[in-house]
Amino acid sequence: MLNTIPADWIWGLIGGLLIGLGGAVFLLANGRVMGASGIIGGLIDGTGHKNAAERLSFLAGVLLLPILLNPFYQPFSTNVTDSVAVLVIAGILVGIGTRLANGCTSGHGVCGISRFSLRGIVSTVFYIMSGGLTVALFRHAMGVI
Amino acid sequence: MRRLIFAFLAGGLFGAGLFISGMTDTSKVQGWLDVFGNWDPTLAFVMGGAIVPMIAAWSLSSGRKPLNGGNFPRTTEPKLGPNLVLGSVMFGIGWGLAGLCPGPAVASLSYGGWPHWIFLCAMLVGFRTAPLVRSQLDSAVPAE
Repeated sequence: MLNTIPADWIWGLIGGLLIGLGGAVFLLANGRVMGASGIIGGLIDGTGHKNAAERLSFLAGVLLLPILLNPFYQPFSTNVTDSVAVLVIAGILVGIGTRLANGCTSGHGVCGISRFSLRGIVSTVFYIMSGGLTVALFRHAMGVI
Repeated sequence: MRRLIFAFLAGGLFGAGLFISGMTDTSKVQGWLDVFGNWDPTLAFVMGGAIVPMIAAWSLSSGRKPLNGGNFPRTTEPKLGPNLVLGSVMFGIGWGLAGLCPGPAVASLSYGGWPHWIFLCAMLVGFRTAPLVRSQLDSAVPAE
């Protein structure tokens, strides 16, 4: 049965469990919601300066663990676009959008849905729908991405 | 100091999970969103896997205090305003265009190459601009 399940799905599930474990540690130990856009955004707009050290420690972990794990994996490409215009527009939209909505995939998606938050569920439905329409439009209709 | 160690540990688990799950591969994220093309359901397994420990964590948090002091975040009121919807739609467009969201944008910096740095810088500009956009919207639209 396991042979019929693509390895990517199993790695996805294992990685997902680690992500959830990280969120559980952040919540149960420090009483904080693990939302990447909030953690970074608070450092940028000044709303999170009073606990900046905690935010930076978290981000150091996010940055460092992939560096430690990388040698054990076949180097893989992130298949990212090399269009500067797409990167800049996408980055700005992600930055403004996640702060307006007060959360992203980790905050609204993982931490919000797991506490059955209506805001988290509504946000997740909207960003997945708009992401799906974006890929449909820009990949299949226009062939840009 | 304890708070910082636990924050680092949480971030490390998050970064390792993003790396192992393949969520820093933009083609897998765009594959999940590509319902009219070659749909890739991996992200659903990642999301499902992440939600399980978090459900346990939220239920453990009830009636207790965080290990390192302070309080748990209070239950958010179900305020569904235009900012939540507009922000989520904007985020979704950017997510679909590049296949990156804030967590993987940081996790992939060490091995993704220069495009990831461009995306990160643009995202930080977005974070910086967001309060301005919010105040403009709040004055244009009646309060949430």
